[in-house]
Amino acid sequence: MQLTLWTYEGPPHIGAMRIATAMRDLHYVLHAPQGDTYADLLFTMIERRARRPPVTYTTFQARDLGGDTAELFKTAAREAYERFQPQAMIVGASCTAELIQDDPGGLAAALNLPVPVVALELPAYQRKENWGAAETLYQLVRRLAGPSVPTAGTTRERAAGQPARCNILGPTALGFRHRDDLREVHELLQRLGIGIHVVAPLDATPADLARLGEADFNIVLYPEVALPAALWLQRNFGQPLVKTVPIGVGATKEFIREVAALADVDPQPALDDPRSRSTWYARSVDSTYLTGKRVFVFGDATHAVAAARVVSQEFGFTVVGIGTYSREHAREVRDAAKLYGVEPLITDDYLDVEARVAELQPELVLGTQMERHIAKRLGIPCALISAPMHVQDFPARHAPQMGFEGANVLFDTWVHPLMMGLEEHLLHMFRGDFEFHDGAAASHLGHSGPKPPAQAAGAEANAVAAPVAAATGAAPPRVPAGPIVVSDWAPEAQKELQKIPFFVRGKARRNTERFAAERGVALITVETLYDAKAHFGR
Amino acid sequence: MTSRVIELQPQAASGCGQANVLRERGQREVFCGLTGIVWLHRKIQDAFFLVVGSRTCAHLIQSAAGVMIFAEPRFATAIIDERDLAGLADAQDELDRVVARLLERRGDIRTLFLVGSCPSEVIKLDLSRAALRLSQRFAPQVRVLNYSGSGIETTFTQGEDACLASLVPGLPASNETSLVVVGALADVVEDQFARLLAQVGVRNVGFLPARHSDAMPAVGANTRYLLAQPFLADTARMLENRGARRIAAPFPLGVEGTTRWLQAAAAAFGIGAEVVEQVTASARTRAEAALARQRQALQGKSIFFFPDSQLEPPLARFLSRELGMRLTEVGTPYLHREHLAEELALLPASVRLSEGQHVEKQLDRCRAERPDIVVCGLGLANPLEAEGLTTKWAIELVFTPIQGYEQAADLAELFARPLRRRELLAA
Repeated sequence: MQLTLWTYEGPPHIGAMRIATAMRDLHYVLHAPQGDTYADLLFTMIERRARRPPVTYTTFQARDLGGDTAELFKTAAREAYERFQPQAMIVGASCTAELIQDDPGGLAAALNLPVPVVALELPAYQRKENWGAAETLYQLVRRLAGPSVPTAGTTRERAAGQPARCNILGPTALGFRHRDDLREVHELLQRLGIGIHVVAPLDATPADLARLGEADFNIVLYPEVALPAALWLQRNFGQPLVKTVPIGVGATKEFIREVAALADVDPQPALDDPRSRSTWYARSVDSTYLTGKRVFVFGDATHAVAAARVVSQEFGFTVVGIGTYSREHAREVRDAAKLYGVEPLITDDYLDVEARVAELQPELVLGTQMERHIAKRLGIPCALISAPMHVQDFPARHAPQMGFEGANVLFDTWVHPLMMGLEEHLLHMFRGDFEFHDGAAASHLGHSGPKPPAQAAGAEANAVAAPVAAATGAAPPRVPAGPIVVSDWAPEAQKELQKIPFFVRGKARRNTERFAAERGVALITVETLYDAKAHFGR
Repeated sequence: MTSRVIELQPQAASGCGQANVLRERGQREVFCGLTGIVWLHRKIQDAFFLVVGSRTCAHLIQSAAGVMIFAEPRFATAIIDERDLAGLADAQDELDRVVARLLERRGDIRTLFLVGSCPSEVIKLDLSRAALRLSQRFAPQVRVLNYSGSGIETTFTQGEDACLASLVPGLPASNETSLVVVGALADVVEDQFARLLAQVGVRNVGFLPARHSDAMPAVGANTRYLLAQPFLADTARMLENRGARRIAAPFPLGVEGTTRWLQAAAAAFGIGAEVVEQVTASARTRAEAALARQRQALQGKSIFFFPDSQLEPPLARFLSRELGMRLTEVGTPYLHREHLAEELALLPASVRLSEGQHVEKQLDRCRAERPDIVVCGLGLANPLEAEGLTTKWAIELVFTPIQGYEQAADLAELFARPLRRRELLAA
């Protein structure tokens, strides 16, 4: 048993729903108790989809358990077919139905429906949402494209003069910016003159999946969802796959070169995009204040690795921590962590992430909806880079993460939460200014910025008495402070500490205390504070 | 503007009483009882709710709660994993470990509810045994109780019923004459009712649940209880077992419902209707004036209820009698005929009541009916809006203070707003 306050991923059948809801003419019959229908609201409320997910739930109750839940399933499946007339169906069980072992696959087969029915085995007590999505897509592709697998030894050939065509695999319902990423990638491929054969699962029909094998290669946009299916296609149809995810200018250029090579076209028309501004923005002088900003990154593996690369190589930040909740893709994150010389955090325990953020005291958190709340509580700016997310993360406007326009969006959304350059300097210079007190958030954040306790406003008067919590400008982290033996602070040192900007003050305090403890200094004076500053100075 | 107290006995000839009820079986588009945790954990301020269930349960609650509104909520899930199922780990030992970790973090907790789920019920994990053992271990600091919020046994608000029922055996005993108001109410509503009942002259009034674990009301043979919510069948039964007797009344929604509810309570203690009339006069006048404004928007408009909270019959009664709305279908997940007798008598005979659900067939009926407004769950609301229907999320009716005089117009406004909005956006 695992104590869980918040969960990063839903159960695996939610992943299957993300595939079914993305597709057209596919219906999912889910053996599940009443209550599991809550999942519909993820799509209709959080993503604001105008249609119900194509899912029929059996919604069995306790009284059915003594009777015939299997019959209930068959009735639901038959009625669903008659009402929705899909091209194909998927059937499976949620966590509770898995325990009663009714075998939805066998039951559905017994109905002899005139369409392909794919039975899903999604172990709810071992696996989670992304795995469920990947498994569902894989099973669908295998079943539907399987009949057209060529005999072994057949070589792929493209007719002379015929432009290359590719499939784009991965975009789902309830995906983080999938709709917008797809548009960017679509445009990139158009500029290169590469045809798009099938996009799946988003807006694909089962018939579309059946003809996946006709394309020349596959683009894996979201490996968490599409990698198993793409590997199967590679094995059976000899289709090469593009695994580079075009997030950031560097990765986008790599992506362009990679697909251009596979399609045998000139990459140049796509490489120089006049709309690409993020590189110049990062180079412009006002951006110097971004240098070395300490960033903590957490999300699904693909987005976390990509975000770390962008902030370190394209924005000049420092990655102080990186992690993921997806154990299936932990290796990529471990490799990235090595690159930045930090300890990877592989966990789906929200409390572990919170503890790490509190310990690292970064200046910016790039994370999920969960990290947004952790950051808010700790008074640290934050931007979202990955699912899980909330309704405001499905913007009405075009806001991709991929391609050159995606890189522009990343620059805007990741830099925006930070204190603007000159403002940071002024804040540093005029600590006593009545409008620049600790309680004042960056002016561009309005009232939504971090709000330290009210008494911190009178910094002069309360500086000495202010408790640690107030001095860090945030609610006290619920994490033990660690094994540090805390030295006493002389009043004037305490006062001096208050002059350090609140967003780095926690770090300064810790460093000074560590410095003092290591040297056996019992009383921290102003001298100790500056000795420590010189010692740890970055 | 003066108002007259409504007759206590409804006209015998009217009402839909035992009229035909459409009973359906099929897909039920409803929440399970775990959802009640979202408001119960705010109501009982020193209680923690630990769901013993699957990742689905955890995902449900955080999705229903709108995800993380609170810094650290007083609910969590102990997620059962394959080791527990394979018997590699003793589930009871695991539960002890999780509870110990939890209580270590939260020294402020006085009542811990172990909440059963679909998976814990199916594998027959004995939470009552766990609750007893853990209660002994953590007494007197923490009392550990258990109830089931599983979808196989409870629909949405029935989770509150199960929770309150689990509190009843532990309520202090008393033979004093007393009134217990049963059902979680917003604090502001509870305070209003406490004031009104005191002014009417009812002594010894308690509320179940109370805001703190040490303030739960006493109960005994001279206790009368008054339901504030229509979904409390099990809690009522447990209270009867302790000797308490129910005061039959409609529910305190709208001016009429609130007045009849207070009158029934007063009558049970030998206090006349004229006292209630006197005490409530100004509040009624105020509420009726506020309702008159909403009536302009709602009069003659048709409404269709999908089943959700069991609040549907009293809501329908309020909307039809006080606001002049036309009822088409009133769906409810479960119709408790005894507790709703007074409500059913007040409903127009033309209403189509439905119990249970076959969501596809019900959607067909709803589309055919083209009502002016549809009350439905979150999964259906946007799709119906996209089809051109106007909707009201049912869950808001459970999360919002709607009972009593001062909230009557707020309740009406919840239905008027989507209609007004549609007009605004069309303009």
